[in-house]
Amino acid sequence: MSADLKRFSLELNLRDGVVDMTHGSGGRAMSQLIEELFVKYFDNDMLRQANDQATFQVPAGRMVISTDGHVISPLFFPGGDIGSLAVHGTVNDVAMSGAKPLYLSASFILEEGFPLADLERIVASMGRAASAAGVPVVTGDTKVVERGKGDGVFITTTGVGLVPEGVNISGDLARPGDVVLVSGTMGDHGVAIMSSRENLEFETSIKSDSAALHTLIADMVKVAPNIHCLRDPTRGGLATTLNELSHQSGVGIRLQESSIPVRPAVKAACELLGLDPLYVANEGKLICICPQEDAERLLEVMQAHPLGNESAIIGEVVEDQHGFVQMETSFGGSRMVDWLVGEQLPRIC
Amino acid sequence: MKYVDEFRRQDLARKLSADIKREADPERQYNLMEFCGGHTHAIFRYGVQNLMPPNVRFVHGPGCPVCVLPIGRIDNAIQMVQQHDVILCSYGDMLRVPASDRKSLLKVSAEGGDVRMVYSTQDALKIARDNPERQVVFFAIGFETTTPPSAVAIKQAQAEGLKNFSVFCNHVLTPAAITNILESPEVREVGSVRIDGFFGPSHVSSIIGSQPYEFFAEEFQRPVVIAGFEPLDVMQSTLMLIRQLNEGRYEVENEYMRVVSREGNLKAKGLVAEVMELRRSFEWRGLGLVPYSALKIKKEFAEFDAEKHFELPAIQVNDIKGCECPSILRGVKRPTDCKLFGTVCTTENPMGSCMVSSEGACAAYWSYGRFTQTNSEQESVA
Amino acid sequence: MCHAIPAQVVAIDEASDMATVSLDGVKKDISLALVQDVQVGDYLLVHVGYALSKVSPEEAERTLELFAEMAQLDGVQP
Repeated sequence: MSADLKRFSLELNLRDGVVDMTHGSGGRAMSQLIEELFVKYFDNDMLRQANDQATFQVPAGRMVISTDGHVISPLFFPGGDIGSLAVHGTVNDVAMSGAKPLYLSASFILEEGFPLADLERIVASMGRAASAAGVPVVTGDTKVVERGKGDGVFITTTGVGLVPEGVNISGDLARPGDVVLVSGTMGDHGVAIMSSRENLEFETSIKSDSAALHTLIADMVKVAPNIHCLRDPTRGGLATTLNELSHQSGVGIRLQESSIPVRPAVKAACELLGLDPLYVANEGKLICICPQEDAERLLEVMQAHPLGNESAIIGEVVEDQHGFVQMETSFGGSRMVDWLVGEQLPRIC
Repeated sequence: MKYVDEFRRQDLARKLSADIKREADPERQYNLMEFCGGHTHAIFRYGVQNLMPPNVRFVHGPGCPVCVLPIGRIDNAIQMVQQHDVILCSYGDMLRVPASDRKSLLKVSAEGGDVRMVYSTQDALKIARDNPERQVVFFAIGFETTTPPSAVAIKQAQAEGLKNFSVFCNHVLTPAAITNILESPEVREVGSVRIDGFFGPSHVSSIIGSQPYEFFAEEFQRPVVIAGFEPLDVMQSTLMLIRQLNEGRYEVENEYMRVVSREGNLKAKGLVAEVMELRRSFEWRGLGLVPYSALKIKKEFAEFDAEKHFELPAIQVNDIKGCECPSILRGVKRPTDCKLFGTVCTTENPMGSCMVSSEGACAAYWSYGRFTQTNSEQESVA
Repeated sequence: MCHAIPAQVVAIDEASDMATVSLDGVKKDISLALVQDVQVGDYLLVHVGYALSKVSPEEAERTLELFAEMAQLDGVQP
């Protein structure tokens, strides 16, 4: 019977095969790649329909959409890989509005010669991350570029979500008197990445904190629907993100250095390289700015969630037309916490 | 972190701050120059200036090798990448420094040049071993602390018989810089801004020892306290300088006893002396030509000298009009005295040497200090 | 100048003149070319992948005592 006939005559050589130009050309090779890799690991009905788009019903309300390109190197690092990062990153961007993330799309740009074994590892990881988060990848695209024109693989994910009634969270809503909280230790992801980069080799047990934060946020919004701002301190770290928020809202922020949670190993790695943990990326943490009366309640709820055990109040919002972020150092002095100029580089001076 | 955290304790900071406030004579001004980018960094990062009385002022000197490297030398490094297809290995600090034509090593890398950031000269040697068909050049900068690692790399390259490794040597010397400042007209003149005392650099001193500073103390009659790297070290050293000044003494004292000895690191000094020798003069950005202030690679090691391998013309590049770096580097003016500071010249768009590196006086002031002094709530700790 | 940090030696490889140092559990391999007579357990000052010198535990203690002592002399409670 025709149903017994295998659709593809050759099995995909996932063990030693590599991506070649035919995988992006829209023909049978691409079809096979999609079916035996993407559909297999993303595993949902919408994707199995094999259309160029995914159709779904939403209740009336406000929708949220967010997109992120992922170009990280190295592709695999302690605690994650580009695949899980791509899922967590976009789920988080959607969730930072207070929305419940619903679906993801994923676009892959593959470099000719990229090992299929690595691609399978990445796609499997994405599938697991999406499944654990309850946010499936329902549509996608694949393209292949010539050798030398890509960094192995680039992944762009777009996510959509639905904001509950009465929730209005935005970077320009911070007000003097508000409290600033973080959901855990700072700098883990950046240090994990650096430890796997060549020429900076150091040994550490630090893993990336890459995680989907939407269930933590759901708990937070339930107990304090009047949260003003939520943002995840990714590239540029806590310092950069706080500066973004202070400028967006036209307020100042005053921090207590001794309240900011940082793992001793992260502190040590930063000391070795001459880096400041405040500027090191995080991929599974959030900053919350809320009215003072909600702070204690929020802290409790955050600490009760597995991804927020080490949450802490780290500062407050003040009047400041310049939008400066200042910090009382654990030494007793005071300093500015400025915008980062470009990426932080290890220093000798 | 042992030997780190103990030297950052807030309770001891409070005490030392109280001591300093008590012992500083309200009738006089204390201008204390810290010559070490690391001290600038510590002062700003921990907010040490806030813990000082108003008559104690930290003056930031030219102890930032990134800041004092002339633009022409960075242009030479870029030339090696673009014209000679070299793999250029560099410490992170140099990558963003703007050179001529708005280029920087980072930009050159973005345009396809093979520029690689390394943490250590050991990494550069490894790159040379792994790429035998390519010429690998290590962009060496820094004061006496960073010089021995370059000397080790050259000796190691020689021992291994590496044929594709060389060093572009821009190492500079601390005593020469201090002399240059103390002898400059603005500082020698009576009535001009005075530098009353010096914090000796922490790690340069671990190599050269405390002995070389005895000359300054004697000749210029200024106290020197070799200060450790942590904020408590800086505060303790401040107290020691104030005491010397109050008592009319001008000696070399060593606060950083846990690392610095009088003779320094003989093994490291020996290695440097074997591989390098003094240049008759070298241009320092902002200070001009300074005699006997820099090192070059000896003839015996010429095959590891990038300047012998590659045609590297001396490129003269002047800083822009209005740039007050020469005065700021000498401690004679403050960043805020420069018209370009914060307007045209910022950390995103550095115009002069003091802004290019995070250790430069202007950059440190901009990133860490700006407007904390205009805050009405002064951090008062007593 | 010079960002350097004290770290403890946890292993030595005499053949390559390198040591593994640990700073709060973060380990890095560094060169011993500039120092001598290093033992496991010693604290070294680390700069750009090299040990610059040993950190003397006795002198470190003395320095800390000096900070605290001066305060006491002036009658301020520690």
